[in-house]
Amino acid sequence: MFHNLQELRHSASLANKVFIQRDYSEGTTCKFQTKFPSELESRIERTLFEDTVKTLNNYYAEAEKIGGQSYLEGCLACATAYLIFLCMETRYEKVLKKIAKYIQEQNEKIYAPRGLLITDPIERGMRVIEISIYEDRGSSGSSSGSSSVSGSTAR
Amino acid sequence: MHLGVSESMRECEYSQISTRSSTPMETPYKKRTPKKRKWEIFPGRNKFYCDGRIMMAKQTGVFYLTLILILVTCGLFFTFDCPFLAQQLTPVIPVIGGVLFLFVLGTLLRTSFSDPGVLPRATQDEAADLERQIDVANGGTGYRPPPRTKEVVINGQTVKLKYCFTCKIFRPPRASHCSLCDNCVERFDHHCPWVGNCVGRRNYRFFYMFILSLSFLTIFIFAFVITHIILSSHQNGFLSALKDSPASVLEVVVCFFSVWSIVGLSGFHTYLISSNQTTNEDIKGSWSSKRGKDNYNPYSYGNIFTNCCAALCGPLPPSLIDRRGFVEADVPQLAPPTNGITMYGSTQSQQSHMAAATPLLQHQSSEPVILTTSPENGGTLTGRASLALTGPCTSLPLGQPTPPNSTSSLSCHEATDKLPVHGHTLTHNHSNPLQESVFQHHFLTPEEVPSPPGMLHCGSPMGHSHTAQAGFYDPASQDSLHEDSVRGLVKLSSV
Repeated sequence: MFHNLQELRHSASLANKVFIQRDYSEGTTCKFQTKFPSELESRIERTLFEDTVKTLNNYYAEAEKIGGQSYLEGCLACATAYLIFLCMETRYEKVLKKIAKYIQEQNEKIYAPRGLLITDPIERGMRVIEISIYEDRGSSGSSSGSSSVSGSTAR
Repeated sequence: MHLGVSESMRECEYSQISTRSSTPMETPYKKRTPKKRKWEIFPGRNKFYCDGRIMMAKQTGVFYLTLILILVTCGLFFTFDCPFLAQQLTPVIPVIGGVLFLFVLGTLLRTSFSDPGVLPRATQDEAADLERQIDVANGGTGYRPPPRTKEVVINGQTVKLKYCFTCKIFRPPRASHCSLCDNCVERFDHHCPWVGNCVGRRNYRFFYMFILSLSFLTIFIFAFVITHIILSSHQNGFLSALKDSPASVLEVVVCFFSVWSIVGLSGFHTYLISSNQTTNEDIKGSWSSKRGKDNYNPYSYGNIFTNCCAALCGPLPPSLIDRRGFVEADVPQLAPPTNGITMYGSTQSQQSHMAAATPLLQHQSSEPVILTTSPENGGTLTGRASLALTGPCTSLPLGQPTPPNSTSSLSCHEATDKLPVHGHTLTHNHSNPLQESVFQHHFLTPEEVPSPPGMLHCGSPMGHSHTAQAGFYDPASQDSLHEDSVRGLVKLSSV
């Protein structure tokens, strides 16, 4: 149906948005719920969705990990009065860049062909993963059944 | 006319095209379509400088006082005491002093100018989605607003997540809404007027470094100024020593008074860091064992060393509010919800809903509300009483929340005079003759804790209940509400 993101933006209209909320069961660390929302049932396979969310959660866990490397970075930064961040990126920022790339990749390969679009959580204040559901303009919404089939062949 | 319309339409189209094809850096120079940066439309009450690079609270007067005190004291020290000390003792003293001074200044500026961890407000679609979910969860009745809390179990401890009406989000654990800055802040510690900013997740370590290094600096200056005076008085006599360097006297006085408060504060925050608590949690006694046998802090890592390392050397999350990004002209949005859900309040629009006959008391089901009276205020109490009716004040004393049915003095009024916070202004439009007195007062929700800790402040904007409209607070009729939503509601003894 949609073969790339550009086509999605120009020829589709926004039908709905699904918000994947944060999972706070492990404290304040960034983690999103892996519960599969009902609105996506007809649009994408459960396993694909769960994989995406789990990978994102792993990335965030890596960014917020407290261990040897983060201590080293913290101490070095303190010793240089945080001036080191003028020339160096924090580990968190590096991981966020990785996440942005991953989401872009996922959108291109998996979600856009199914008429879906993931918004990077950083643009929503890390509160939600926003998944926009697009309907093809001109179709009466009956294309949703066929989209998953065509989507899997596009991969 | 036609030409004018098409002209403006052309302009609109031009700007739309330019946002898509050109890079953001080009557009600010085109006068016709000045692109705004996100800090310019930031909804909170913050001040931005240097085109969004610097972010501070609205009231910065005390921050300048802090800065002046530090600069003047250190300046005097380096000018009048250091030459003598470098000569008589060792030149290392001014060097150490200089290093400490620079460190203090650096951490102070870093604390004051950085984003404390502000949570951006929910987009319209998000807020609508949440509203829908809450409505569904509560059976869809529009009359009685549902309690806006979510419970989550963190490491075995049940934590209530509260809904923020201003930001339209469920606050993450440990986040709190600062009424002075009108933002939700992650891991909210307190709002510090001395630093001119909130202290939250992103700048807590700088704040701690600041007060720690300032303690060392004050003790250092104090000790060496005393040394200077003593050595000088050995040579010339005490009085002439004082006359030779009058600045030293000023320094001693400033340092003497600062030492107690700053060292005390450092000690307090060292305790907080080692137990991984925020000032907010400590004041409320959230994790105190007095609340219950099984009450413990679910965020603590178990040992002091790990807690300290996590707080001070843990990863620094980036700012979520993207101050310097450009505002996107067109963001695809869903159509506004047409299912007639009333929005139960946010910012100033909240007031019109509060004025409607919806008992807002039910909203705050988990707040420890403590109504207070002040019998000593005599005749003006009727004004206060209906003030309490139209918006019962909660004042949060230091330490544990007071048990139900105890009375204490109504300091709501004084607190608002001391600390003019915006919070949620009451602009009721019902026919209460004491409307005018109510109008001026501002209230904070219980979780908003201004600095310094222990300062009494006024609590949540409770909309008036039905009984309030009669202008009389009847404790008996409040009992049902008491059971429903309010803990620790206090009878107005004078009514």
